Amino acid sequence: MSKPTIELRATPHIHAPHDVVKIMRNVVFASLPMAAWSIWSYGLSALLLMLAVVASCLLTERLFNRHNNTLGDWSTSITGILLFLTLPPGFPAWMGMLAGFIAIGMGKVMFGGLGMNVFNPALIGRAFVQAAFPVAITTWIPAFFEGRFTRLIPSTLTPPFTIPPETAAWSQQVAVDAFTGATPLAVQKFDHVAAPALHLLTGTTAGSLGEGSALIILACGLYLALRRILDWRIPLAVMAGTWPSAELFHWIDPGVYPDGLFMLLSGGLMPGAWFMATDMVGSPVTPRGVVIYGLLIGIVTVVIRLFGGLTEGVMYAILLGNAATPPDR
Amino acid sequence: MGLLQQLRRGSFRHGIHPPANKQVTAAQPIRRLAFAERLVIPLGQHIGRPSRALVRKGQEVVRGQPIAAADGFVSVPIHAPATGRIHDIRLMPTARGELSESIVLDVYKADTQEVRWREPVAAPNTLTPEQIVQAVQAIGMVGLGGAAFPSHVKLSPPDDKPVDTLVVNGCECEPYLSCDHRVMLERPRDLIRGIELAMRAAGVERAIIGIEDNKLDAVAVLQDALRDNPCIRARAVETKYPQGSEKMLIKSLTGQEVPAGGLPADIGIIVNNVGTLAAIGRLLPRGEGLTERVVTVTGPGVARPGNYIVPLGTPIGFVLQQVGHQGTHTDFVLGGPMMGPSVSDLRTPITKGTSGLLVLNDSEVLKETRRIWPCIKCGQCVSACPMHLNPAQLGQLAVKREFTRMADEYHLNDCFECGCCAYTCPSNIPLVQHFRVAKAYNREHAA
Ligand code: SF4
Ligand code: SF4
Repeated sequence: MSKPTIELRATPHIHAPHDVVKIMRNVVFASLPMAAWSIWSYGLSALLLMLAVVASCLLTERLFNRHNNTLGDWSTSITGILLFLTLPPGFPAWMGMLAGFIAIGMGKVMFGGLGMNVFNPALIGRAFVQAAFPVAITTWIPAFFEGRFTRLIPSTLTPPFTIPPETAAWSQQVAVDAFTGATPLAVQKFDHVAAPALHLLTGTTAGSLGEGSALIILACGLYLALRRILDWRIPLAVMAGTWPSAELFHWIDPGVYPDGLFMLLSGGLMPGAWFMATDMVGSPVTPRGVVIYGLLIGIVTVVIRLFGGLTEGVMYAILLGNAATPPDR
Repeated sequence: MGLLQQLRRGSFRHGIHPPANKQVTAAQPIRRLAFAERLVIPLGQHIGRPSRALVRKGQEVVRGQPIAAADGFVSVPIHAPATGRIHDIRLMPTARGELSESIVLDVYKADTQEVRWREPVAAPNTLTPEQIVQAVQAIGMVGLGGAAFPSHVKLSPPDDKPVDTLVVNGCECEPYLSCDHRVMLERPRDLIRGIELAMRAAGVERAIIGIEDNKLDAVAVLQDALRDNPCIRARAVETKYPQGSEKMLIKSLTGQEVPAGGLPADIGIIVNNVGTLAAIGRLLPRGEGLTERVVTVTGPGVARPGNYIVPLGTPIGFVLQQVGHQGTHTDFVLGGPMMGPSVSDLRTPITKGTSGLLVLNDSEVLKETRRIWPCIKCGQCVSACPMHLNPAQLGQLAVKREFTRMADEYHLNDCFECGCCAYTCPSNIPLVQHFRVAKAYNREHAA
């Protein structure tokens, strides 16, 4: 027998065939169909914005972590893609890059990098631009507008630090159907008209890039849940928090408050519940913690949507859930 | 196996499903390994006080002859594994890493190596419980599943803790190992005799053999052999690691939970491994000491993997020579891959508690040399821990060296180092190592 090099190792000597890199890579893959759908709906502008946001996230991570290779773990790309999906289609690219910088710089690096962030970095970036650019972040563009693969939305290439041009008139011009420039949530909130569930499911309504088709989001989310990468209890708990509370108000006054199904399918609830709230780092690890966390997000979302000044509450609800997750879960 | 039984197949919550890797060895009959020229027999190869040597340097011994005596109640004698001459009694490397006092025996090459020393015993069914307990100690029996706890101590529960059930552990939940599986298939009579003796010794009325459902052939063999025996039942349980740990198996078979920090005897149960009971059933009636055991020798680094009867004290280097070792970069594991220690010295002997010799090679070893990422709070460890601890939090506290908080607030002492958490952690955090350090620190600072 030849003398082998003997390795002394601690138990266990075997390891599950997964690691952080594979998990993160899977999340990236699962979010790609949503990104693809948004590009299909909004054309070149969406593609450009996505590249800008992701590149900005990667550059920021590189800038702050020059000495150890943290780009390889894919988690930064996830933040970039998720952030992109929360932005409106005509969002100026430079604002998107700024959002990416804030997401990684403030949302992640400042807390100590991967694994240490209390909040979902993508949502930090999104919250920042919501505060900084309240107009641009609520300017909607009709989906499937004419010529979307040959020309950009006028606001996409706004020069840095300038106000994007008005797009309402342009939208009217290119829209395939009548376009109100308002999201289903806004229409519901101010005019009390709920969009049909079918439109929400298939994504033919105005909204952020990733809010499009609830069906695709559901499919991607289920894929991750089946691969056990995402904790299925979280989206379920979020929905379990949303639906009954929405139904309760709907029952009190159906004329003003929308029903539970509309609440579930509209806006950022689906992507939020499946992709944002489930971000491992900010969510609890114990079974009980997970359920409380999910319910909290669902209920807070409904309350903000119905009674807050904003039409969308998912983002703040998740940030609140992150904050409420105690350090020892 | 009836449908009803399928549905009622017991299990516990959490745990993991590592690849079993048992097919190759489980399919072959047990074979006998040759005698090495020199055997190394540590005096402390069981839990409890080390045995006292009875022989001198240069003395001739015959196979089966006691060469060391039990030192007190929680201790067992040791019998010469071969006929030969005592070369020396000195410090030698052992599985635990440290040097330990060992009897070194030069084996007579020309000898037939039959067992030449037996202590005559009365017919087994005339023995009183006390006599059985004594005889179990006299043959040097310890838990062969790996713990190496003296069997006679287990079979004599204290008077204030009456026991009514014997749980027989045939799970063999560690990947790669299959020696218990083969023993159940090849020696069901020995096993049942051992179970009956143990039941009489401990005064229990019923026994349940728990076997993971990846060994349904063993369940069938035993059920067949037990057709006319209403007191002993063989039952399949879910194949899941660590099904074979005492507390999990008790939960799976009886639904009862052993209180935290307590022993199975607290709820009227004693647990013994099938290998141990089969050895008792085989050796006790003959008055023969434990001189050899079945060891699963396997892994990608073994040319002829299988289950071998190995004389106690055989250096692992000799075993590897016999079965063929391949590879240049190797991790030698004594026992299973989840809990077995790595050894660095090829002179380390097979002892009573060695259930396996696992040779993991180049790729398997290097694959584990992976980058450690920060905890991403994925919760995988939490859903894997069979003790329902929070390994993520424990791991973070360990890094901050808050060892006492780990024990006081997060139940560190309930952790039995099964390794489920570290197996599943995508960040490759060496959780078990952290916990070991913390426990050692707490032990040292307890006084
Ligand atoms: S090693 Fe300890 S903490 Fe980890 S899973 Fe096993 S019992 Fe739980
Ligand atoms: S499995 Fe590892 S990364 Fe995941 S929560 Fe546990 S310690 Fe953290």
